[in-house]
Amino acid sequence: MKTVPYIVQKEFRQIFRHRVMLPLIFLMPVIQLLVLAFAADYEVDNVKLHIVDLDHSQASRQLVGQFEASEHFILTGASASGKIASNEIQQGEADLYLEIPPDFQRQLLRDGRSQLQVAVDAINGVKAGLSSAYANAIIRDFNAAFRQNYGGGIAQPAALQIETANWFNPEQNYQTFMVPGILVILVTLVGMFLAGMNIVKEKEIGTIEQINVSPIRKHEFIIGKLLPFWIIALVELAIGLVVGKLVFHIPFVGSLWLIFGFAGLYLLVVLGFGLLISTVTETQQQAMFIAWFFLIIFILMSGLFTPIESMPPWAQDITRFNPVAYFVDVMRLVLLKGSDVWDIRQHIAVMGGYALAVNGLAVLNYRKVG
Amino acid sequence: MNHAITANNLTKRFGDFTAVDAISFEVDKGEIFGFLGANGAGKTTAMRMLTGLSRPTEGEAMVAGYDVYREPEQIKRRIGYMSQKFSLYEDLKVRENIRFYGGIYGLPRKQVRQEADRLIEELGMSEFANSLVSGIPLGWRQKLAFSIAILHRPAIVFLDEPTGGVDPVTRRQFWEMIYKTANEGTTVFVTTHYMDEAEYCNRVSIMVEGRIAALDTPQAMKASFGVETMNEVFLRLTRPGGGNT
Repeated sequence: MKTVPYIVQKEFRQIFRHRVMLPLIFLMPVIQLLVLAFAADYEVDNVKLHIVDLDHSQASRQLVGQFEASEHFILTGASASGKIASNEIQQGEADLYLEIPPDFQRQLLRDGRSQLQVAVDAINGVKAGLSSAYANAIIRDFNAAFRQNYGGGIAQPAALQIETANWFNPEQNYQTFMVPGILVILVTLVGMFLAGMNIVKEKEIGTIEQINVSPIRKHEFIIGKLLPFWIIALVELAIGLVVGKLVFHIPFVGSLWLIFGFAGLYLLVVLGFGLLISTVTETQQQAMFIAWFFLIIFILMSGLFTPIESMPPWAQDITRFNPVAYFVDVMRLVLLKGSDVWDIRQHIAVMGGYALAVNGLAVLNYRKVG
Repeated sequence: MNHAITANNLTKRFGDFTAVDAISFEVDKGEIFGFLGANGAGKTTAMRMLTGLSRPTEGEAMVAGYDVYREPEQIKRRIGYMSQKFSLYEDLKVRENIRFYGGIYGLPRKQVRQEADRLIEELGMSEFANSLVSGIPLGWRQKLAFSIAILHRPAIVFLDEPTGGVDPVTRRQFWEMIYKTANEGTTVFVTTHYMDEAEYCNRVSIMVEGRIAALDTPQAMKASFGVETMNEVFLRLTRPGGGNT
């Protein structure tokens, strides 16, 4: 193990000697975190609303007024027929239209019920789902208010009221939810790319021959190569958490020690993966492509952007092998929910097994003899 | 055991192609052994087998008293290697390169530091000691690479075209370094394309298409072909149909 410090020292020298590397490693992820967390937002605002009011009653005007007052909708047009309205949607001038029938108020007062039509442009499924949910909420409010005001004459069934309580992220703050996950992605990117490119680079310039002809032990070489990037990635995680705390006010409910402990384990997997890629490729270009192939799958299937629970069963099975999914989960569990070691024991066990397997393979696969 | 290297029917095949075809030879301790041959004759492949970088397909070889199949790591402790590809880190300084290689050969930290100072002094590289290797001239780099290859005082040093692209003055200095090393007891196994350098060797072998076509002292070789220079010997052996003129 005497040779390990020499390799580590050399790697650090090489990394920090290149002037582009420092900002690349430490500044870029911070910028990405800021941009991504502010820009990517699940909330749907500014839904373009078209109104077809065929009733022109007090009730219908009140309903339209409530839509206009909503922060989610902006009124972009009104017309007197559903045909014109669907045309507007066709042309992209409107995302959603609300058609109020001619006898709306009369029916409400007389029968205590009426029908409204809501049509949504569903090309973007997420947006469509959310905007019709917003529309339903507004209509429900209107309904409640209307009954209260005119309810004297209307026989009404006891309404069932649903109160929602949002635990662990009471304001349903999108950034609180996303920032820990984005941090995982950034740390993963830096770790896997730096490690993945590293041995391959030595192959390209030919220095690997000089290493292979020396009596250095395989595991010493791999450890010496892993350690610098492990340290860098952990420092980066620390920077990211500070930014998350200062800029996005994400809560640190659980133990930071646990976060860093798990991150250390997780990084062994990521870096080992990078090294494994390094050992099976001949050029940095090849390594880059393979790293990307896995990263795209890992990231998109990590549960960061789409919940794993809503994936088809076979895809859920794949995510069981996705280290990123485990860390995203742990970050949210520990930071937002305050889970302790025992709560995430399964995550730890899986990650530990994964680390052993990947690094074992990397050591086996790295051959000093051609 | 008087031989630094013995090879017996050493063979390397890549698929259908036989790069090295059953070569046998011995290299004495302390000898400067020239390993000649045209491009693609199999010199580098043979050398890679002897240094443990490549596993032979067939045949036997002992290097520094150890078997290339069973004890490659023992061999690696006792040899130095300077590859055809440039083997120093260009983004490290001269001194850092020396320390790194000294370190991975397991030299004690203090000794590494002393060796680095001694080397820089001996090579007259004080002015470059703290410059990046990428910034120093090729001739200096090659001398540095050689010095690093023998830093751990190996029994045998393998040099793969060490003077390629180097100016005549530096080549001369380089050969002085080789002689000095051999005098200190290190066996030198060297490939080259410069026939004047072949004359400097104690013995040379000439490889043609994977086989050793001739092996002797330069004097004996010239005499047997009845020619004046190693250049002519080389041309006779390697030029197709050039056996008689």
